[in-house]
Amino acid sequence: MITCEEAARLMSESLDRRLPLGQRMALRMHLLMCKLCPRFWRQLQFLRNATGRFVKEAEREVPFPSESLSMDVRERIKRAVVAGLKSSD
Amino acid sequence: MRWVVPDTTPYGGFLILTMEFNLFISSGVLLMYNCPKWRGAVKEEQQDLRPDMWVQDHGDLLFRYAVVRLRDRVAAEEVVQETFLAALKGREQFKGRASERTWLVGILKHKIIDYFRKRSREIPVTALPSSEDSPEDIFDNNGKWKTEPGAWGDDPANVLEKKEFWKTFKECMGGLPGRLADVFSLREFEGLGSEEIRNLMNVSTTNLNVLLYRARVRLARCLDTNWFRTGQKEGEK
Repeated sequence: MITCEEAARLMSESLDRRLPLGQRMALRMHLLMCKLCPRFWRQLQFLRNATGRFVKEAEREVPFPSESLSMDVRERIKRAVVAGLKSSD
Repeated sequence: MRWVVPDTTPYGGFLILTMEFNLFISSGVLLMYNCPKWRGAVKEEQQDLRPDMWVQDHGDLLFRYAVVRLRDRVAAEEVVQETFLAALKGREQFKGRASERTWLVGILKHKIIDYFRKRSREIPVTALPSSEDSPEDIFDNNGKWKTEPGAWGDDPANVLEKKEFWKTFKECMGGLPGRLADVFSLREFEGLGSEEIRNLMNVSTTNLNVLLYRARVRLARCLDTNWFRTGQKEGEK
């Protein structure tokens, strides 16, 4: 039987690739027998959902998490684009 | 049409009807295509680029896209500017099939990945990965949990609706050491596969697994301590 620590590593890995059959079975067995590891598994899945949501929220029109270009940087980039436009014309 | 369907078949009438219907539809399509008004509508989809409006129309969105991934305002400003300049140079390649914004985001993605690659080269390989403070102490020597992972309630997904939660989430992300955060960001935010990340960041499979594992353990612990345990005690948060 694998330890909780090994199980935790396998859980993380399983989010990045399909585990080979042996490891998958070992992990499943462990999750059935262990009280605490299923909690960690839920935490990892929660984390995955949350990160997906986080990037989406961040790209929304309504600034969230309220980030926008500062005024002077905006002007600087505008000038760079205009200069680029002129030189390419 | 009589030669197609012999009169003896019971479906004759039906088939002829279908054929006539097809003819009706295709002539309709032809008519629509030749009508200048409809052609105009089709053409309008192939919009033109408006570089003079880029910063105003897409600047903030591109910036947010970049800052969430790179976690560095100055770096994000840099890649946004590079994106616009690259887009300007590559204007000819814009086919008008995608929207201007989608096209710009595509270029930005490449710029962000370039930036990650550049940044990973600046960190000496020897600084890997043991120095990135190991969270393995959540287990004892026998590989059993030393710090019990929290149960996180019946439906932790509920907290995703709370603004306060995202503040904590951001703080926890900010607490990750640079390299862990970069790898995590490429995997979870940019959605790259292991192989791409390994090539990009120049790490082995084992190292990548360890880095991702540590990032996740740290984030989970941080949310556990700073959100789920405190939040549940205070009731509403």
